[in-house]
Amino acid sequence: MARTGPRLATLVVSLMALAACGGSEAQTDPGITSSSIKLGVTIAQSGAAAAYGTIANASNAYFKYINDQGGVNGRKIDYKILDDGYNPAKAVPLTKQLVEQDKVFAMFGGLGTQPQTAVRDYLNTSKVPQLFVATGATTFMADFNSHQYTIGWQPPYQGESRIYAKDVVANHAGAKIAVLYQNDDYGQDYLKGLTDGLGSNASMIVAKESYDTTAADTLSQLSKLKASGANTLFIFATPGFTIKSLVIVTKLAWEPTIYLNSVSNPQVYMGLAAKAGAALKNVTSVGYIKDPTDPQWASDDGMKLYQTVIKGCSTCNPLDGFNIYGVAVAYTMVDVLKQAGSNLTRANVISIASSGLNETNPFLLPGVKVTTGSSDHFPITQEQVITWSANGWHLQGSLIDEQVS
Amino acid sequence: MLSRVRRAPPRYWLVLVVAVLLLGLPSAATSFQSSQWTQVLIFTIAIMGLNVLVGYSGQISLGHGAFMALGAYTTAILVSRYHVDYLLTIPIAGLVTGAVGFLLGIPALRLSALYLALATFALAVVTPSLIKRPEKLTGGVQGILLVPPEPPQFAKDAFATVTNGPQMTSEQWLYYISLGVGAVLFWLAWNVIRHRPGRAMRAVRDGEVAAAASGINVAGYKTLAFGMSAFYAGVAGALYGLTTGFVSPDTFPVELSFQLLVGAVIGGLASTVGPLLGGIFVYWLPIISSQTISDQAWIPTQISDVFVKAGPAVTYGALLILIMIFAPRGIVGLLTSAYAALRKRLLGPGERGSGQMPPDPQTV
Repeated sequence: MARTGPRLATLVVSLMALAACGGSEAQTDPGITSSSIKLGVTIAQSGAAAAYGTIANASNAYFKYINDQGGVNGRKIDYKILDDGYNPAKAVPLTKQLVEQDKVFAMFGGLGTQPQTAVRDYLNTSKVPQLFVATGATTFMADFNSHQYTIGWQPPYQGESRIYAKDVVANHAGAKIAVLYQNDDYGQDYLKGLTDGLGSNASMIVAKESYDTTAADTLSQLSKLKASGANTLFIFATPGFTIKSLVIVTKLAWEPTIYLNSVSNPQVYMGLAAKAGAALKNVTSVGYIKDPTDPQWASDDGMKLYQTVIKGCSTCNPLDGFNIYGVAVAYTMVDVLKQAGSNLTRANVISIASSGLNETNPFLLPGVKVTTGSSDHFPITQEQVITWSANGWHLQGSLIDEQVS
Repeated sequence: MLSRVRRAPPRYWLVLVVAVLLLGLPSAATSFQSSQWTQVLIFTIAIMGLNVLVGYSGQISLGHGAFMALGAYTTAILVSRYHVDYLLTIPIAGLVTGAVGFLLGIPALRLSALYLALATFALAVVTPSLIKRPEKLTGGVQGILLVPPEPPQFAKDAFATVTNGPQMTSEQWLYYISLGVGAVLFWLAWNVIRHRPGRAMRAVRDGEVAAAASGINVAGYKTLAFGMSAFYAGVAGALYGLTTGFVSPDTFPVELSFQLLVGAVIGGLASTVGPLLGGIFVYWLPIISSQTISDQAWIPTQISDVFVKAGPAVTYGALLILIMIFAPRGIVGLLTSAYAALRKRLLGPGERGSGQMPPDPQTV
């Protein structure tokens, strides 16, 4: 026994070693063949953040639409979507799977600040592009110099709340501000942007309360905020909590001026809030994407294209704002691949995405441009103030540039 | 000597085969596949500890995800802020978590099964929020990034010689660390369970009054079981942090605690190989239910869509119910009864009534 054990072990180990040999072949750019381009993503399709999961399906619908028209320079896009449940510990092995086992060319549209932070170093060391991550955390755009294979897409959260700061100073000079924010990077980023944007007027904030995503509702926080005597309420929350909060504000018989962040402002959610009894008086937000439920875009070419594309996704609700987001970001992806032409290397694709974009995206508000340059790694920085009345958002004024530095 | 080898019970051979397979795996698998099996080993370690608590001492814990979080943060903070050697932080994380578990075991003595489950569940719920508060220490919601450890030169050389291929990667090194730690902890649990403390724990589980009447220190063994299982969870958490390379509050959701308990039950409570099967189950089930099933052409898309949409949670629930109905002793129970039935059929009825004790004393 004492002798056979190690021998047997050596035999098995060496047999396995034999089996392992003879597999690897050197290829300069994985994921590209003469007829296909392979992209991958990890996104929450189950768990608490599952509502975001439809974004990847909508993007895939746009890729299918492009493939049906012959693909990008003859290559069809193959988009592999994996569910990370918004958990960084799952995003890491799944991303490694996509890169090392499925051999994707690039990661596209990964969602969530924590999951995407968890894989950022790995992707940058492996020199795999981490394209157009679906998070507005400022670090994904601002820290380009230390992470040159990562680029965001949507306007950064901090920049968005700077716009609110400008608007509140201009239109409600004597406002007493109360802030309700989600206690994570997302809520804190918004709060920081607001405080920075108010600058010397930061004392306008008279109260702030946070909630954790595990909370049942925000009643106790909103009661405290109301008691503070504030007349302006900022809600920096995810859609579910925003809907609940809007209803609670009405139930408390409180009628402040309300500012909502753009993540939670699709008309679908406003409709749900109204149905549940929210008054929705004096509500302001910002937008950069065309809202599919807004009748003013009914005959718009971009919206018509969106309606055609989204039919390719049987599980997507065409009215859901997340879906037009998914299609719009996929449009930018295809644009980058088209520009890369026959030079489809990872280095070339990330350099176009991070410093060579100048795109008019048909799904964004008129005038909003997707641009990057050698010193500008914030693809979208323009947004427009919108106010809610008569069951719809109405554009106010003109586009505002966030000027985040 | 040879006759002893021949008379060795088949499960010894099974252990040998499993050990050889686990040892050789990184040489046959890719670096990525090794990292997947590292996670299996980590879940196995956590479930081993849970098995001591639930399977042998009869106390329920729905909070082991929180212990894993404590272990992972201990390692992450020591490595990133105080530059302690990562190998050294693994036992430290285990001891810190074990001490906390031991202290929590004291109030747990006053709680009966259902209330203990609720109390530990509360622990799992508040932990992610608690982690966010001391932002300077834990990095708050941004979490802590860890650099993947480089394998030492001797390991690289040995691996390259054995496989005659590329050098050992950081993933493969972490696999061997987890395997080594797992083997030591397995040996420890095996010895505790087969000897006096194990017998005492089982006696407490099966009847506290009777155990106390036989002179067993009921409170002592219950808290010991709590501390020991927290120690295992802490070590597992430390390894989890190192392999993921990133520790944040969202890494330890409430579901993690459920998964561990389900893994312990499905593998087979109060069995020695159960935790490994439980670990395999906990890691692979979500992947299979969301990826493999949808890739199978022969499964009608309506059915595979349901699996993908329902997510792993529903599959967990359905399998747990099925296992509880048809195999209450878990996969191990299913296998041992199948083996007993096969043996009976092969050897004929003559074997019956030989007057010997059942061969498996640990599954009393």
